[in-house]
Amino acid sequence: MSRVLIVGAGPAGMRAAETLARAGLVPIVVDEGARAGGQIYRRPPDGFIRPPKALYGAEAKKAAALHRMFEEMLRAGLITYHPQSSVLGFSGNTAQITGPEGMTAIGFDRLILATGAMDRLAPVPGWQHAGVYSLGAAQIALKAQGVALGRRIVLAGSGPLLTLVAHQLRKAGANVAAVLDTAPLSAQAVGGLRMAMARPLVTARGLAMRAGLGRLYHAGVRLDRIEAGDDGPCAMHWRDARNRSHVTPCDAVALGWHLQAETALTDLAGVAFDWSGTWAQWLPRADAEGRASGGVYLAGDGMGILGADGAEVAGRLAASACLADLGYAIPLRNRGRDMRRLARMRRFAGGVARAFPWPAEMIRNLPDSTVICRCEGITAGELGDTLPLAGAEANRVKSLGRIGMGRCQGRYCQRAGAELIAALAGIAPAQAGRLRAQPPVRPAPISLLCSETDNG
Amino acid sequence: MSAAGSPGRLRRLAETGREPLSFHFDGVRLHALAGDTVLTGVLLSAGHLRKAEFGPERRAGFCLMGACQDCWIWQEDGPRLRACSTPLREGMRLLSGSPHYWPDPRS
Ligand code: FES
Repeated sequence: MSRVLIVGAGPAGMRAAETLARAGLVPIVVDEGARAGGQIYRRPPDGFIRPPKALYGAEAKKAAALHRMFEEMLRAGLITYHPQSSVLGFSGNTAQITGPEGMTAIGFDRLILATGAMDRLAPVPGWQHAGVYSLGAAQIALKAQGVALGRRIVLAGSGPLLTLVAHQLRKAGANVAAVLDTAPLSAQAVGGLRMAMARPLVTARGLAMRAGLGRLYHAGVRLDRIEAGDDGPCAMHWRDARNRSHVTPCDAVALGWHLQAETALTDLAGVAFDWSGTWAQWLPRADAEGRASGGVYLAGDGMGILGADGAEVAGRLAASACLADLGYAIPLRNRGRDMRRLARMRRFAGGVARAFPWPAEMIRNLPDSTVICRCEGITAGELGDTLPLAGAEANRVKSLGRIGMGRCQGRYCQRAGAELIAALAGIAPAQAGRLRAQPPVRPAPISLLCSETDNG
Repeated sequence: MSAAGSPGRLRRLAETGREPLSFHFDGVRLHALAGDTVLTGVLLSAGHLRKAEFGPERRAGFCLMGACQDCWIWQEDGPRLRACSTPLREGMRLLSGSPHYWPDPRS
């Protein structure tokens, strides 16, 4: 029987596993979470009692259905599941994995990557302080732990998550001081129309949530800086769409500009990348079903930011493509329906990208003293200083200036870094190149790596 | 420890009916609930997890999803751990900085 390894147990990975199991395969699922669900449908630990409706709102039914489906497959022994485990890299068709049992190596014939997405971050002066978080973090804290990240929280950035997190926090009783959206209303109108044409209900729901925020919400904002003392943030300094200055006192800030695909493993698996102007990021190359090169298949937000519903469809499609390539007969009717659904998700996502753009202009105007690499405190000025020697190429700038070499492996600075390189060199961000991923893609103790080598 | 009165950075909004547990952070005995992550437990009572290695500021995690590695802290006796994705256990002894004997000659 063919061995198919699925990385990630969010909506894409779970649906991929289901599709393979139905065809009679026993897929191996490796996931970093303690329980399947991914970020969007993340489940709290045992002993937490809020019902799905309180955790997932309008998506509660979908979340519960996915969780149930996965648990049933587990119980029936239809999948091999490795929770709390991270794939660190590959050597040929073997994945190196760390988990509760230490280091293991799992061989595979085909690989389905459903690695999801994370917040796309732009630096704001002062964002290095304790108490500044990603928007996703604010949502995870609430969903998986029932806590708010502060007593007076400013949410800033752009994208559907900004409004959603604000809504969820307020509903749970948190004090949200302001919701600052850098997207101008004009862009939101154009993008919003496209969103509404593709998915009217989802768009209307978002608008209603937004309306519920009332005067907390501001569009077309410019973020000047996060004022912070020894205890972390104390105020957000910002300007409104008419360029009037505001200072909003707070003790926590959550930032995020929509999402960025998590692609480190995709890169290590040898998949090619293309620059996406729409998404202002590098995205892996795959066909419409998620078929990439060399027996690798992609699904979900790790392939392109289509959201949770898109991820479920993409997971099924990628697994079907994998099955077809392995010689299994797959029902064509479902495939056609899924392809049409995915096309609709793509149209919606295009509208989202247009409505909530990457704040290129804001980044290009950051003061030299702004920390760009949060891991190692490297500033915009220090990045600029490397250019005469390094040239305008992200990997060379990384070698000389360490932008992208810290603990997060460039996940949270590479987009802003490329934007600054491009601004200084007078080129397009795509021309600044793409940071190559390096194994291990998660930190692992040297002792683990050594012991694996010894055994191997 | 009441939800509203917690002295740390975080504020509990829900799920307060779980079993209590206690642990140590920088030698001080603190209280939390079973099911809290190390990050949640520490930051309900403290303002930060650790000091930054490359700047004067402190750190308290950033992504909470295992992507940024901002939240690694020390244990008095044992390996470092990623606070956002490690469940807090009764009796843990955690440190915001490295123990003085690190690297441990015994290991
Ligand atoms: S907070 Fe980012 S890895 Fe823990």
